[in-house]
Amino acid sequence: MTDRKAKLAEQFIAVLPHARALSMKMVELGDGVAEISMPWDARLIGDPATGVIAGGAVSALMDTCGGAAVMSHPEAPGGTATLDLRIDYMRPATPGQGITARAEVYNITRSVAFVRAVAMDDDRARPVATATGAFTVERG
Amino acid sequence: MRQKPEPVQVVKERRDRALQALVAGVPYFQFLGISFDRRGDELTAILPFDEKLIGNPLLPALHGGVTAAFMEVAALIELSWSLLWEDMESGRIELAALEPESLPRLPKTIDFTVDYLRTGLPRDAYARARVNRSGRRYASVHVEAWQDNRARLFAQATGHFLMPARDG
Repeated sequence: MTDRKAKLAEQFIAVLPHARALSMKMVELGDGVAEISMPWDARLIGDPATGVIAGGAVSALMDTCGGAAVMSHPEAPGGTATLDLRIDYMRPATPGQGITARAEVYNITRSVAFVRAVAMDDDRARPVATATGAFTVERG
Repeated sequence: MRQKPEPVQVVKERRDRALQALVAGVPYFQFLGISFDRRGDELTAILPFDEKLIGNPLLPALHGGVTAAFMEVAALIELSWSLLWEDMESGRIELAALEPESLPRLPKTIDFTVDYLRTGLPRDAYARARVNRSGRRYASVHVEAWQDNRARLFAQATGHFLMPARDG
């Protein structure tokens, strides 16, 4: 990332209170692709018997990542909002490990951006969850 | 002869205790601040507004991921509650056993699809879930979420769930 882009990426997370509450960090951003990491946090446990993180926390990460990917697309002039998001949970995330999401805009029109995302723990070859979503393209 | 109905406080204590046992043990529910209101068997999930739930500070609007998470919790608890209801009401589960450790595990989410209808405003949100199909292994649950007006949904969702293993 260039310095300017890295700064923008950092600011993007810093101004989103919920992203900050989950300690999200922008890893990569640009040209319709975003990668955001979220550290392990015991407050996010959804199944106390196993210590597995709640699906909802993974949803929040994927949604943030999808929105960031849209805003970083050269053809998206402004903000974005989620129209629809589908998340498929592949396996429980490993307790104690952070989660990283990577989202990509695979098609964009004047009004809609179509996004695919994947969430991984340390074993990047076996996704924890995948998502597909439609996001608005706000004009100016 | 008809059996004498149970005293109302006995019924209420049992149901509230069962609901509490379902909800209380999960750190993430507390992190978001979600609670449940109960009227008979009808549950309403409540998400009190908090600054940390904001996604877009300019509007400001609730984070789409928070909306998704809130609705998924509403679906999970409704489904577990409906599974627990018969056992609880018939007395197959003892009152003393209504603790987080002894309850069946929560169902697992297979997939969850959220339809964002309008911006989530910076105020309290409510959700109700309906179990449309509950089989031995799989369930399908629909959720509606609103803020000021029950008829003006700000999001709806459908999810599929894998049922917890039941003994016997």
